[in-house]
Parts: sequence; structure tokens; C-alpha cells
Amino acid sequence: MTIAASTQLICFLVLSAVVVLGALGVVLLSNIVYSAFLLGGVFLAVAGLYLLLNASFVAAAQVLVYVGAVNVLILFAIMLVNKKEDLAPIPGLTLRRLLSGGVCAGLFALLTRVVLTTPWAEGPEPIGEDATVRIGEHLFTDYLLPFELASVLLLMAMIGAIVLARRDVQAVDPGTGEIADQGLIEKARTPLLVDQPPS
Amino acid sequence: MLMVTFLATSAPALVSPGLDLERSFSQALEGFGLSEQAARLIWLPLPMLLVLVAAVVGVLVTVWLERKISAAVQQRIGPEYAGALGVLQPLADGLKLLVKEDIIPARADSLLFTLGPVLVVVPVILSWLIVPFGQNLLISNVGVGIFLWISLSSVQPIGLLMSGYASNNKYSLLGGLRAAAQSISYEIPLALAVLAVVMMSNSLSTIDIVDQQTGVGILSWNIWRQPVGFLIFWICALAECERLPFDLPEAEEELVAGYQTEYAGMKFALFYLGSYINLVLSALLVSVLYLGGWGFPLPVEWLAGWLGQSVDAPLVQVITGATGIVMTVLKAYLLVFIAILLRWTTPRVRIDQLLDLGWKFLLPLALVNLLVTAALKLAFPVAFGG
Repeated sequence: MTIAASTQLICFLVLSAVVVLGALGVVLLSNIVYSAFLLGGVFLAVAGLYLLLNASFVAAAQVLVYVGAVNVLILFAIMLVNKKEDLAPIPGLTLRRLLSGGVCAGLFALLTRVVLTTPWAEGPEPIGEDATVRIGEHLFTDYLLPFELASVLLLMAMIGAIVLARRDVQAVDPGTGEIADQGLIEKARTPLLVDQPPS
Repeated sequence: MLMVTFLATSAPALVSPGLDLERSFSQALEGFGLSEQAARLIWLPLPMLLVLVAAVVGVLVTVWLERKISAAVQQRIGPEYAGALGVLQPLADGLKLLVKEDIIPARADSLLFTLGPVLVVVPVILSWLIVPFGQNLLISNVGVGIFLWISLSSVQPIGLLMSGYASNNKYSLLGGLRAAAQSISYEIPLALAVLAVVMMSNSLSTIDIVDQQTGVGILSWNIWRQPVGFLIFWICALAECERLPFDLPEAEEELVAGYQTEYAGMKFALFYLGSYINLVLSALLVSVLYLGGWGFPLPVEWLAGWLGQSVDAPLVQVITGATGIVMTVLKAYLLVFIAILLRWTTPRVRIDQLLDLGWKFLLPLALVNLLVTAALKLAFPVAFGG
């Protein structure tokens, strides 16, 4: 075995161990902050696996999107609502855990069988550094529609977030029908959404 | 195979290959009867160590400059007893931090508390992978090049959030949250500004980006074609480095020292080192992206031609390589000087002003810049890289 090949094998083993153990930790740890940080570690290890497969652009994008954006936002949300409150114990917790564990074990068995029985075809040779150009070509030709649809989806999520966050700009509280206290709101005089009475 | 692609330094055919130390080194070792792979294995750590040392020395110089320039701005003398003009002062600072007691607060989360500073420093040092000092003078000419830096710098906020949370201190947590918010906001205009440059050079590789600016010396530098992009990039880079006027995460009047409040000794030194390495790195990347990288204001080929020398002559190659390193460092330190001067002359912005500037001004401006660059590229493919 050459030096390059053995290095690759060692890297693969380490990265897979990080992915598997990290993912288990994300699910099983009771401290949600640890789970979130471990999720970041799992994302990084997956990026490492992409790098091993000669897909460096996908690896970098994985780090940028999943670690840099998704995971940071998850952490942000956790830390902004970092309430220390004791939750009421859920009845039948042991039974629930056993059931979900059984479902997971079944899924795992199914996937293992699929992995073992499928005749995996040898894919084409990895194109390495040319992948960036090829991904760009595909995104702007035959995958244009899914690409645009994904951005429309993101736009919808963004507008939804704005509506949820700025709902108090309405003149009247939609729940109770009372006049909302506009003095508390920044720039209350410029109506953003709806039915602002002229004052 | 990974190693091969990761290390392959491919020079474009049109540009003269210049010095290739790796090839010469490997050939010399193979002359001693070593296999090609063993030679590569021996070569591998050398550029990494060299760049690491260069980064640390760069930080020491920057710290000294910061102290001296701030002293000059405030009409003081600054450090003067440690070495001539106080040049050994940063070294003394480093030694002091090294031997200080390492305190972990009693109610802090000690694991995350230790891991936080590491996660802040490692991505910054990894990003030096793509900083070119010459045609072949970089650790690795990876194809994703500048994109690697953008994605690595997005890992940093996690370390900041981690240390802010683990300190178990309100100031630290607020500082960490601010740092993450700032870093996310300014990454987007930064990436868009880089994208405009990438569009002109048709490549993400830092080598190709510099090669595209080498045609007619100083006139072909990207700063003339991307003046708006240059300003956006520089502002965002300062914000990413948390330098004044954007040093809200550690605003001492409000947050004591932000996420670093509880840190002491070597862990604090890691934050300190990380922020200065990041500053030098940003300055280097500005010079690579907009100021022609290792390019001399006059093309070296012309100079060699006037002196009647061949570009491929060994002596000319060595001089060209040395000039390249000097030019890169010179441009970077000019920018570091501007950053230091900015720090000691401008007041801090408020957090809402900071986010307004990022989202409502720089982001639309960067989008317009990208659109205009695309239009100019279609209209004048000669000048804007067809």
C-alpha cells in the first residue's frame, strides 16, 4: 500500500468515526448546547469525507452553508432563548424511548440490507478541480428550475420570518382586538404591513 | 489520490513557471535514492512550518507596529526599552502570556472553554494555505482557492459562540452573540465582492486571480476595475477581524472584553494571536485580490527584457521570487498600517448602525457591483476577462 493510499484510509476511518459517534452524541446527549456543537463537528467531518472523494468545492460549500450558516443559526437560537426551566416529566418516557429505539433499529437494519444487497456500480472517475465549473454549468442549464425553486423557497421562508417577527406593526392586536401600543415599536409611523390608521 | 490532487501545483501554460522549489527539492532527494512519495512526505511539512512561522512573525511585527503607531497617534513614545525602538516588546508580551496562570472559572464549562479559542485560531491558520507569495510560493494551489478562505472564516463564529457560552458570564455571552451576528452579516457582502473578482478571472484559485492582474503592471491591478468591490471588501474584512470601528464584540465600555472577559494566559493569547493573524491574512488577501499580489508595479518580464536577461535564467528567477515576496508583504503591511491608523482615529459604531451598514448598504451595493461587473464583462471582454 502506498503512503497516499494509507493516509487516505486513515483519514476515512477517523472521519467516519467522528461522523458516527458525533451523530450518536447529537441524538443522545441531554444538553442541547452540546448537541448543537457536536452537530457542527459532524458537518465538518462530512465535509472531510467530501474532500476525500475529490469533491473540494462541495466540501467547502458544506462548511460554508452547514457549519457557517445552519449550525451558527441553531446555536444562536439556543443561546437567545437560553431558559433554565425544569420541564414536567413526560408520562411513559421509558415506553416512548423503547418504541423510538425500535423504529431506529428497524430503519438501520433495512438500510444495512440495502447497502449489502445493492450491486453498487463503479461511478465515473472523479473530475477533481473541474467540478466547480461543471456544477456551475449544471446549475444554470438543466438544473435551473430546481435551483430557482430552492431560492423561491428560501424567499418564502424569509418573508414568513419577517411577518412573524414584525406582527406587532399591525395597528390592532389580531388576537385580542385591542389597539397595539405603537410607542414601543421602532418607526411605528411607517406602516410595514397592514391597516395603519392615519394619526 | 487525495494527496496528489491536494498538492498538485499546476501553473497555467501562458505564464512563466518561475521558481518551483518543490520540484527541485524532490529531484534533489530522489537523487539520494529516495522514492518519489518519501520525498513528497519530507517536503510536505516544510512549507507549512514556514508559513506558520511567517504568520507568527507577521503577528509580532503587527503588534509592534500597533503599539508604535498608536503611540505616535497619541503623541507618546511607546515601547522603547525592549530592544532597539522596542522591537522585542511583542516577544516579551508573548512570553508573559505564556507563563501566566491559566484560569478556568469555577462555574464555567471547562471543555468548551478550552475548545473555544482553538476553534477560533485553527480556521484562520488553515486559511494561510491559499495565500500566494509567488507563482509557486504557496502551500497548495487548491482549485477552490479563495472560496476555501470564505468557508473557513465562517467556522470562526462557532468558536466565539462556544467561548462566550462556556464562560458562564453575561458579558461573554453577549460578546459571543454579537461576534457571530457581525460575522454572518459581513460575510455576505464580502463573498459577493470576491465573486465579482472571481468572475473577472474565471477561476477561484488565488494564483489565477493574481496572474490575471499581471499584464501591464500597476495598471492591470483589480483595484482600478473594482474600486467599489475593493472598498466593500476592505470594510467587511475589518468587520470580520473585529477591528475598530467594528470592534463591538469586545467593546470595553459596554462588555468589559466581550467573549474574552474570562480568559487569561495562553487561552487569551490564542484569541489575541487569532485576531492579529486574521488581520494580516485579510491584508494579504486584499493585496492578492485587488493589488496584484506578488506583482511589481512594472512587469518583471519588461524589466528583464530591458536589462537583456532571459526570464528563465536562474538568477532572474531568484530575484523575481524575492521581489514577489517583498511586494506581497509590502502591500499587505501598507494595508495593516491603514487598519491601525483607522483603529486609533475612528470612533466605534453602535450595533444597530453596524447591522444597518451591513445589510442595508453594503449588501445592495455589493449586488449592484456584481451586476455591473457581469455587464462590463459581457460588454468589454478584453478589459474585464472574457
